[in-house]
Amino acid sequence: MPTIKTKTRAQAGKPDRRKPEVWNLRLYVAGQSPNSVRAFANLKAMCEEHLKGRYQIELIDLRKNPQLARGDQIVAIPTVVRRLPPPLRTLIGDMSNSIQLLVGIDLQRVG
Amino acid sequence: MKQIAQKKRSNPPTSNTLPKAATGIQGLDEITGGGLPRGRSTLISGGAGSGKTLFGLEFLVRGATQFSEPGVFISFEESIPDLAKNVASLGFDLDRLVAEKKLFVDHVSITRSELGETGEYDLEGLFIRIADAVERVGARRVVLDTLEALFGELPNPSIVRSEIRRLFNWLKQKGLTSIITAERDQPDKLTRHGIEEFVSDCVILLDHRIREEISTRRLRIVKYRGSTHGTNEYPFLIDDQGISVLPISSLGLNHRAPDERVSSGISRLDGMLGGKGFYRGSSILASGTAGTGKTTIAACFVDAACRRGERALFFAFEESPEQILRNMRSIGIDLEPWVKKGLLQFHAARPTYGGIEQVLLLTHKGITSFKPSVVVVDPVTNLLMVSTQNEVRSMLTRLVDFLKTQGITSIFTSLTAAGSLEASEADVSSLMDTWLLLKNIEVGGERNRALYVLKSRGMEHSNQIREFVLTDDGLRLLDVYLGAEGVLTGSARVSQEMREKAVATFRSQELETQRRELERKRRIFEARMVMLRAEFEAEEEIIQQTISESELLGEEVVQDRGQMVLSRQADTSSYKKEGRAKIAPVR
Repeated sequence: MPTIKTKTRAQAGKPDRRKPEVWNLRLYVAGQSPNSVRAFANLKAMCEEHLKGRYQIELIDLRKNPQLARGDQIVAIPTVVRRLPPPLRTLIGDMSNSIQLLVGIDLQRVG
Repeated sequence: MKQIAQKKRSNPPTSNTLPKAATGIQGLDEITGGGLPRGRSTLISGGAGSGKTLFGLEFLVRGATQFSEPGVFISFEESIPDLAKNVASLGFDLDRLVAEKKLFVDHVSITRSELGETGEYDLEGLFIRIADAVERVGARRVVLDTLEALFGELPNPSIVRSEIRRLFNWLKQKGLTSIITAERDQPDKLTRHGIEEFVSDCVILLDHRIREEISTRRLRIVKYRGSTHGTNEYPFLIDDQGISVLPISSLGLNHRAPDERVSSGISRLDGMLGGKGFYRGSSILASGTAGTGKTTIAACFVDAACRRGERALFFAFEESPEQILRNMRSIGIDLEPWVKKGLLQFHAARPTYGGIEQVLLLTHKGITSFKPSVVVVDPVTNLLMVSTQNEVRSMLTRLVDFLKTQGITSIFTSLTAAGSLEASEADVSSLMDTWLLLKNIEVGGERNRALYVLKSRGMEHSNQIREFVLTDDGLRLLDVYLGAEGVLTGSARVSQEMREKAVATFRSQELETQRRELERKRRIFEARMVMLRAEFEAEEEIIQQTISESELLGEEVVQDRGQMVLSRQADTSSYKKEGRAKIAPVR
């Protein structure tokens, strides 16, 4: 699976008191395992729904770049790491539970 | 290196059934018969601070340095710099090994608070990390230090369980010799989360217990499928050279028994021992109450050994070397030159300092590095201060075995409480080949030292009690007197000696007098004889004179008669006959 980088410039969707944030999410997967495929689809869907145009998903396949697992202390697959905005948040699983996903990467305030 | 040689010797019989990977950990390869099961997983379980991490690291470091098997260490708890720092004190240079690509260390750190779960997951990430690490250094050995930490940090334990099971299968499939450590928090369970059910090949339990303020570390092989192994609890020690499981050689009684004899340094004691002293390589117990001269006996033996040019190692658990040297000098045994020459070495320490294992290890290391032919342990009873009788006994058994396999003659002194003379405190007498019993005999308001040979295996020995006295020039053994009131020692013996001497003098004087009397009588007799002879000779002379005079006279008469016959013309023949017959008997 190629690394997909979805970049959308932040648009003035809402007049936020903070500067418009770009969400940087990094999804670690292992090849085309069912969990990985599902996770990517779920994450993408959620971002499209809540962060349209303000997010970026970095997909990292550990099968291809195993050394990258150490940087973010990856043990479980799939894992999504919210790199921006801070603080760092880590979430594991296939993202099938959207409420947990929202809470987990602290999205509800945006929504 | 020597352990490797030993390992190789013990390997062939088992290698057909189960290949083993030597750990290089001192002593462990002996009790496991060659090491851990190769290509399989071993579970190391133990409480906090029992040495699990160190065990794993030493396994890897020795594997990388001694057996050219690179390793991977996956730490779930400690960070890499911490690990490196912790083992640097043991002489392991992790950074260098990592730089040389002999070792790969990875720290897996998950923080629960930063982690959320949403749906299904697996531990493929961990697998990939391990596989990557293994590939990087071409590892043959893997250590997962406290894998169970995953349970605490990852949600959904059932997933963790099944993934760990998968991990073990994966490790086995890859043919990696691996160690998985696990925390043990309850005495009836090996691991907190029961992962031992996945590790079916080998389970080793580490224990660190405190008894009476003294800590001891223990190791036990709970299970070793497909291999025989020692089943005891073995003490082990962590010191500046890593882990040492004790002892190295206690599995068999197959030491040599040399016929050679060595002098005890006390000629009369040698005399009591069949005239030749101890057997080389035997163990000697000198037991006795306080102040009976146990250390002195040992010092004499050491002195004699050094005189022969042999090395001696003195383990002093009660006195400092200086003190021993001074005390021995006072009775004319100067050990200092031997120390200066390097023939004699002292190891003095209170055993309370580090516990019984430390003592055993200290002795062990001292012996292997110094290679003495004589060893003194003074006194073994001090070990009881730090441990129970059972432990001391097992420690001494191991020490004695070790000394015997090395052919080292050893003297152990043992302090006995008054009243229980023949029961040596540490109950070690059956381990010993020769037992010298020293006791104080109280007679006539005095205490005097006595020594006897209680037993001496394989040699004729005296059954007599000897008194021994410490003089300015050494130790002397004296005969004791057995009188009507028992054994006489000290001044009682001296007075007895005097009495006997007086009697003997008297007897010899009497004899002399009689001899002189005889001589006198002989002289008188001889003088008389001379006088008698002189008288006789004088008389004889007179008589001879008379005889010859008479003869002359007789002849004259015959002549006169003849002339008369001639003149009277008588029958001459008859006259002559008669005439002669008549004169012959004249006296």
